[in-house]
Amino acid sequence: MCGIVGLYLKNESLRPQLGRLFQPMLSEMKSRGPDSAGVAIYRNPVTGSEVKYSLAHDHAQYQWQQLSDELAEQAKCKSRIQQIDTHAILVTDAPEKTVRDWLKEQHPGVRLVGSGSSLEIFKEVGLPDDVYERFGLESANGTHMIGHTRMATESAVTTAGSHPFATGADLCLVHNGSLSNHNRLREELEKSGLEFQTENDTEVAAAYMTLKIREGASLRAALDQALVDLDGFYTFCVGTETGFAVLRDPIACKHAVLAETEDWVAMATEYRAIATLPGSNTASIWEPKPQTIYAWGDLS
Amino acid sequence: MTTLDLQTIGLREVNTTLQSAELNRYTITNPMGGHAIACGLQGNLDVTIEGHAGFYCAGMNKDATVTVQGHVGVGVAENMMSGTVRVTGNASQSAGATAHGGLLIIEGDASSRCGISMKGVDIVVGGSVGHMSGFMAQAGNLVICGDAGEALGDSIYEANIYVRGSVESLGADCEEKTMDAEHLDALSKLLKSANMDADAGSFKRYGSARTLYNFHPDNAGDY
Repeated sequence: MCGIVGLYLKNESLRPQLGRLFQPMLSEMKSRGPDSAGVAIYRNPVTGSEVKYSLAHDHAQYQWQQLSDELAEQAKCKSRIQQIDTHAILVTDAPEKTVRDWLKEQHPGVRLVGSGSSLEIFKEVGLPDDVYERFGLESANGTHMIGHTRMATESAVTTAGSHPFATGADLCLVHNGSLSNHNRLREELEKSGLEFQTENDTEVAAAYMTLKIREGASLRAALDQALVDLDGFYTFCVGTETGFAVLRDPIACKHAVLAETEDWVAMATEYRAIATLPGSNTASIWEPKPQTIYAWGDLS
Repeated sequence: MTTLDLQTIGLREVNTTLQSAELNRYTITNPMGGHAIACGLQGNLDVTIEGHAGFYCAGMNKDATVTVQGHVGVGVAENMMSGTVRVTGNASQSAGATAHGGLLIIEGDASSRCGISMKGVDIVVGGSVGHMSGFMAQAGNLVICGDAGEALGDSIYEANIYVRGSVESLGADCEEKTMDAEHLDALSKLLKSANMDADAGSFKRYGSARTLYNFHPDNAGDY
């Protein structure tokens, strides 16, 4: 099972309502995935040399401000942080490698779940409405969101095993389906230096795309190659800085529907997740074809 | 005519009302992509769904006429026995799966596996169909006014598949057949009853090469 949803607001005047419009989409997919839920939201882009990091820890009482102050002092950089329930959004101008290495060394219990200029990722165990409320997403404004409700099949129900998974700067992935060659692929990716937090198959797909993009491939090229190298069932929705992309496996085993109006474009596992959007009744609605990349925004 | 607001009274009430209906015209409003709308109907009902329906719409239909003014999800008219189901928009996967009889009309496109394991239903698609359509089809007619995707009619038994446009590839044991006068006549009638403006002469017919199962031509009349 699992449910995935994505919404990109073309009409700028709707952007203050992004969180409110997206909530029923995620909520409607509760019956497809009651174990955990997660969203990626693209909002409040940082500028210059600053990078935004989405951090998570098992304890909501984690000393996030202290973490930010220590980073500023030890890496001699600017750093600010905002705690949102079990997650925190860290913004710093320190070099990215410095931040990653420092976090691993000084705060090994902190999970770095996403990074980029506008991407923020929030995910937790529980029903989608509860997760949404915990992170205060209803009032969120922004350009686009993707989300996932998980019914766990391949690995344990944990926050770390929840989607979305980051795949690079401002890139993340949600997945409906199950991969059958993820163990072998994980071994190969580990040899290339990638590290894994879980036994989850989607984390392997995310790491695979991370490696391809790190090696210089465009997102479109990485998705094309994924069709060759990933075996199993999947409908992917990939969030990017400027939109999102949708890809289904060669036999289109997992459901997907796309809808578009002048104001927005949406994807979902089922149409009922789209039905609450304004104008959905007269939207252009179709089912994406297998092994075909559908994209809104830049995939370079 | 009676209007049933699905969001107000819920799916169970809608279906219970229709399944025990005495009035013969109903309109269902606010379907919102809900599943299993207007399933298990039996009787001379005329039901219109105003908007898009979700999975398994109008399944197991017997005698009733169901019109969806919009798109439908997976498995529309699954296991239909008789009657008519018309979809004015597109249909998702497995439209008319295992259906024994009746007429299913999809005015737009149907996705993959349209008519999978069909057992006697007539399906008319105004647009194109996705891959593996007519998979293991056993009886009935699948009419495609547009194009067909990969592996059309894979492992087909004894249904007729008519395609006006291109066929990406034929599945195992599916081959092009001659279009005889009886087929032109049957196809013309089907197109007319589906209100499709298409010339039967512009279609090609596909069917089973009969090499994949234990079939004896002397028994053809029994299928």
